[in-house]
Amino acid sequence: MKYTAPTKQGYFGKYGGKFVPEILIPALEELEEAYLETLEDPIFQKEYHDLLQEYVGRPTKLTFANRLTEYYGKGKIYFKREDLCHTGAHKINNAIGQLLLARKMGKTRIIAETGAGQHGVATATACAKFGFDCVIYMGAEDMERQKLNVERMRLLGAEVRSVDSGSKTLKDATNEAIRDWVTNVENTFYIIGSVVGPHPYPMMTRNFHRVIGEETKSQIKEKEGKIPDYLIACVGGGSNAIGFFYPFIEDEMVKMIGVEAAGLGAETNQTAATITKGTPGVLHGSLSYLLQSDEGQIQLAHSVSAGLDYPGIGPEHAFLHDSKRVHYYGVTDQQAMDAVKLVSEKEGIIPAIETAHALAYLENLMPMTQKDEIIVINFSGRGDKDMKTISEWFA
Amino acid sequence: MSNNSSRIQSIFQSREEDDKIMSLFLTAGYPDLDSTADLILGFEKNGADLIELGMPFSDPLADGPTIQQASNIAIENGITMKRIFDIVSEVRKSSQIPIILMGYINPVLRFGVAEFCKQASESGVDGLIIPDAPLEESSLISEEADKNNLDIIYLVAPNSTDERMKKVDQASKGFVYCVSVTGVTGARQGDEVAKSVSKFIDRVNANVVNNPKLVGFGIKNHEDAQIISKDLDGFIVGSALIDTIKKNYPENGWQENVFQFVKELKFGNI
Repeated sequence: MKYTAPTKQGYFGKYGGKFVPEILIPALEELEEAYLETLEDPIFQKEYHDLLQEYVGRPTKLTFANRLTEYYGKGKIYFKREDLCHTGAHKINNAIGQLLLARKMGKTRIIAETGAGQHGVATATACAKFGFDCVIYMGAEDMERQKLNVERMRLLGAEVRSVDSGSKTLKDATNEAIRDWVTNVENTFYIIGSVVGPHPYPMMTRNFHRVIGEETKSQIKEKEGKIPDYLIACVGGGSNAIGFFYPFIEDEMVKMIGVEAAGLGAETNQTAATITKGTPGVLHGSLSYLLQSDEGQIQLAHSVSAGLDYPGIGPEHAFLHDSKRVHYYGVTDQQAMDAVKLVSEKEGIIPAIETAHALAYLENLMPMTQKDEIIVINFSGRGDKDMKTISEWFA
Repeated sequence: MSNNSSRIQSIFQSREEDDKIMSLFLTAGYPDLDSTADLILGFEKNGADLIELGMPFSDPLADGPTIQQASNIAIENGITMKRIFDIVSEVRKSSQIPIILMGYINPVLRFGVAEFCKQASESGVDGLIIPDAPLEESSLISEEADKNNLDIIYLVAPNSTDERMKKVDQASKGFVYCVSVTGVTGARQGDEVAKSVSKFIDRVNANVVNNPKLVGFGIKNHEDAQIISKDLDGFIVGSALIDTIKKNYPENGWQENVFQFVKELKFGNI
């Protein structure tokens, strides 16, 4: 299959688009033009890749998880170590890319939204590195859950604005960031942290993260002489997953699995399993799967992970789900927290709770694998930021 | 009603030259479910020429705090699309004031575009404003709207290019909604809007030639309205009206106070 999504209009199948107020249309056109120019611009590309190497710390390692492999006694498990990126998660790949783009476009002010704080920290870091004013919108509840990251952002010189409306989490932080953008569109660049939002954001953010999958491909070939049988990644908005999957989409033998946060269970209302439970609709500028009521009101998502409790998902994931190229499953809060403990003890790596959702799916997958099969899990981030939640959970 | 000239178009055709068309925005189901039809009828009696009836949405990203809050209250009050159609049917028993449904695309998609347009039209709705379905995405809804004689009103903003304004003019029916400022809905302090808007209005007049033009966002009183709509066909008030309802509800006589505000918006202190 030749994979060419999105279309020029920003559609992945029937998902995507530009569902934004008129004021933002010129901004999106300007952004798309500037972004497409960078693809042909060797100076931009060199600076981006140099920064990934020298500042972010790429390529990140591909670590064989020998004790976890022994524990399951089946296929070989590898971790793609995005937790080793500067700032502790994959988010920095995209923040640096979009910031360079903002600079190229002559914007002077940066805004971003953040849930768990990893994207906020990545954006604040990039702004500090390049001397930009930075405002981060964050739900009041998330600020409480992720105090450490709030402190990090402030230390990096960013202003963190607490959002008290609605769910006080990522959904409402995103609404506020969009309102700010609508108001200050002339000088402000909105760094969106996931593969959501209006075109060209889902495409652009994917492309800034595709380095994850590209590195994985060459690293696993070097170690094992072949490409993986399974790729697993957690999915909230879906940025780490799409960056990991994208370079493998045309490799039809590779089975790809996106793991959503089912919260208290996908059958309950306390869930963030958007693909499992959602229906198509429009939120934050694009058409994709959503958790919504019969009246089309957006429902609140629940997850123990502040990074996954978003009621939407990137449009490309919706398309990959419908086309059955990627399979999506939900794991519960409990399963994810059990995986935090297991992997910490077996591998000496404390995963972010987001990542632990992907790891928890091994319980289902591993019994079906063969000894010569290779499973690579994207380790989207490290668990330091989640220590408060983790210690309370196991108290 | 003839298909050639909608109720919306008719009000522009029949107005006196210097008379500014006043369109009022009200969130359906706010401040309570039972008042909406009465408010619309009272607005009409006190000078409103057009009604924009807001379809509440949980995540109204183009709206400021006033309309956000009104939307949330309306949702808590139990507003549904079906009730919105009932409100319009109720108004239609005694009034021919043009009614435009204004809201975000998601509840419309959820209801089903074809069914939504059919029921809207049957209940007596004249047009639609869907701010998050700009020209690029309008094909989702335009065909069904046309089929049901619903005018779609598109928006232009201060940062829209001349070419874009022309395209919006081509696509719009009824009128073109001119967003006076870059920003979200909400009344603005002092003469902030009036000061910034004149160059934009010159460009609107040069490029939007097929449709009447109403200006909205930030207008809070009669004086604002007159200055800002001086070279256009009229003006739209939303947040300032909702603020007035909020200030008075549910004290005795709250509706009368709101209608007095409406009268002053249109005619000034007389």
